[in-house]
Amino acid sequence: MTNRSILAASGRTSSGRTASGRPASGRNVELIVFAVLVAGLTVAPLMVYPILLMKVLCFALFACAFNLLIGYGGLLSFGHAMFFGFAAYVSGYTIKAWGFPTELGILAGAAVAAVLGLVAGSIAIRRQGIYFAMVTLALAQMVFFFCLQAPFTGGEDGIQAIPRRPIFGVIDISRDIVLFYVVLAIFAAGFLIIWRTIHSPFGQVLKAIRENEARAISLGYAVDRFKLMAFVLSATLSGLAGATKAVVFQLASLTDVTWQMSGEVVLMTLVGGMGTVFGPIVGAAVIVVMQNTFTGFGEWVLVAQGCIFVLTVLLFRRGIVGEIVALAQRRRGEEDAAPPPVAEPADKQPPSDRGGVRASAAAGPSEASAPVSS
Amino acid sequence: MTSEFVIETEGLTKEFKGFRAVNNVGLQVRRGTIHALIGPNGAGKTTCFNLITKFLQPTTGRILYNGRDITAAKPHDVARMGLVRSFQISAVFPHLTVLENVRVALQRPLGTSFHFWRPEGSVEVLNDRAMELLEQVGVDAYADLQAVELPYGRKRALEIATTLALDPEMLLLDEPMAGMGREDIRRIADLIRRVAKNRTVLMVEHNLSVVADLSDRITVLARGEILAEGSYAEVSSNPAVVEAYMGTGHG
Repeated sequence: MTNRSILAASGRTSSGRTASGRPASGRNVELIVFAVLVAGLTVAPLMVYPILLMKVLCFALFACAFNLLIGYGGLLSFGHAMFFGFAAYVSGYTIKAWGFPTELGILAGAAVAAVLGLVAGSIAIRRQGIYFAMVTLALAQMVFFFCLQAPFTGGEDGIQAIPRRPIFGVIDISRDIVLFYVVLAIFAAGFLIIWRTIHSPFGQVLKAIRENEARAISLGYAVDRFKLMAFVLSATLSGLAGATKAVVFQLASLTDVTWQMSGEVVLMTLVGGMGTVFGPIVGAAVIVVMQNTFTGFGEWVLVAQGCIFVLTVLLFRRGIVGEIVALAQRRRGEEDAAPPPVAEPADKQPPSDRGGVRASAAAGPSEASAPVSS
Repeated sequence: MTSEFVIETEGLTKEFKGFRAVNNVGLQVRRGTIHALIGPNGAGKTTCFNLITKFLQPTTGRILYNGRDITAAKPHDVARMGLVRSFQISAVFPHLTVLENVRVALQRPLGTSFHFWRPEGSVEVLNDRAMELLEQVGVDAYADLQAVELPYGRKRALEIATTLALDPEMLLLDEPMAGMGREDIRRIADLIRRVAKNRTVLMVEHNLSVVADLSDRITVLARGEILAEGSYAEVSSNPAVVEAYMGTGHG
C-alpha cells in the first residue's frame, strides 16, 4: 500500500467515524448476502438436479468448517477427511444397523467427529505450522486404515443402501426434492454456527492468535485452549457435513476418509477464498460442479483440478471471493479519497531518517525498511 | 506485594546446546523505576527478557516477581499477574483494526472469551475504553484502519496502547525504538515516560541516548553476564563497559 492511500484512509477515518458503526454493518451485509443465497437455493431445484445441489451443500459446509480453522485460526489441517468420512460411517452404521432415526444418526456422526476432533486436536496443537499439518495427516491416515480394517465399515464396499427414514418421523425424505430442503436447513444451521463463531468474543481472540500468537500469549490468553476449541468446532461441523452426505448418497465409503479428500477441502477453500465468509461455499460449488461436468473424462478431472489450483495460487492468491472483496475495498478507498486527506506531518518523514540516531549499528527488524507492508 | 524489587532473578542461566546465552544473572528491578538492559550484540539481553517473561524456561536459577517465585509459571499466567511484554518486531495484530487490537486485550476480564455463541456486539461495550487508550497514544484517528496500514512508529504506539489495556504493574519493552526515525523516537520516549509513572519498566534498548534520557538504572550485559550496573554516568565511565562496546565495534 502506498503512502498516499494511508493518508487517504486516515482522512476517511477522521471524518465522521462511529466507533461501532462499520463492523456491525459489515456483519449485516454478510447476513443479507446469506439470506439471498438461501432464497436462491430454495428455487434452485427447479433448474438443477437436487442430488448435485445436495452434494455441493455438503461440501460447502465441510469447506466452511475447514475454513473456520485455517482462515480464522491460521491452522492448516491436512487430515480433515477423518472427521468428514468417519462421521459418514457413524451415521450410516447407526441408521442402518442400529435403526437410528435419520436425524439422530446425523447427530451421532457429528458427535463422534467432535470426540475424534478433541483427541486429534489435543495431539496436533502441540505442534505448529507444517508439523501441525503432518500430525493431522498422520492421524487421518490412522483413521483411514482403521476404516479399511474395522468390521463395521464394510471395508472396500463401504456401508451401502443406508435407509432414508422420515425426519422426526414425519418428513418423508425418500424423495430427493424433500431431502434437499432438509440438507439446505442443515447447511444453513451449520453456516450460521460458523458465522456466529467468527463474529464472537471467541472469534476475536482466535483471529488475534492467527495474526500473532506470541502477542496473544503476552496478553494473557492460553492460546492452546482456543486452538483446541476451534479444532473441535471445525471437526464437529465437518462431521455434520459428512454424516449428511452419507444420508444423501445412502453410502458411506472409503473415498471420504482418504487423504485426497483432505486435500480437496483445502483446494475448495483456497479457490473460494480462505478467511472469507462465503469463499468456501463458492470454492465447493466450483470444484463439485467441475468434477460432475468432467466425469466423462476420467482422470482428466484431476489434471483440471491441478491446473485450477496452480492458477489460484499464482493469480488469485486471495481466492475468488477474496479477490472480489479486495476489489470492492479498493473501489471504496478510491471514492473516499476524493476529499482532501488529513494527516499529521510526522507520518511523512523520509525513510532516510530512520535509524539516524541509533547508537548501535545492530540491524533493526526488517519491518523498519518497509514500515507499511501489504 | 510491598517488596522493594518487582523483579529479582537469582543465578539465572540459560544454555542452548552447551552455549551459555545467559550466565548466572542476578538482576534486581526496583519498584517504580525505568530500568534499562544494554550490552553489545549477543550479550543475552533478549534471552534474559524471554526468561523473565517465561517465553523461555531457564536451565537453572529462579525468578521472583513481587517476592513470588514464578520460575515455573506459564507465559500467559505471568501476563495475567501484571507482567506484560512487548516484542522487538512490533507486535500488533496486522489484520485486525486498530480498535480491535486494543479491544482484544481489554476483552479477557469480561470472561466471555470462550463464548463462540455470543455476538461480537457483546465486546463492543469496550469500544469507549479502547478509544481512550488509543487517544492516550495518539492513534485514535486511525481506529478503523487495519493495523498493518499504520506507519511503523504508530504501530509501536498501538502496541503500547494494547499493553496498557492490561493495566500492567510492570512493562517489559524489547527494543521499543528499534527501526524508528527521530520524530517517532521522541514521541515514543515521551510516551514511555508518561506510562511509566505508576509502573515499573524494564527495557532492552540499543539507542544509548534514549537509555541515558529515560532510565533510572542501567544493567550492562556482556557475554551473558552482568558487567556493570548503575546510573548512566556510572556505567558510561566504567572502563570495562567502554571496552566491551569498543571491542565488538559498537560505540
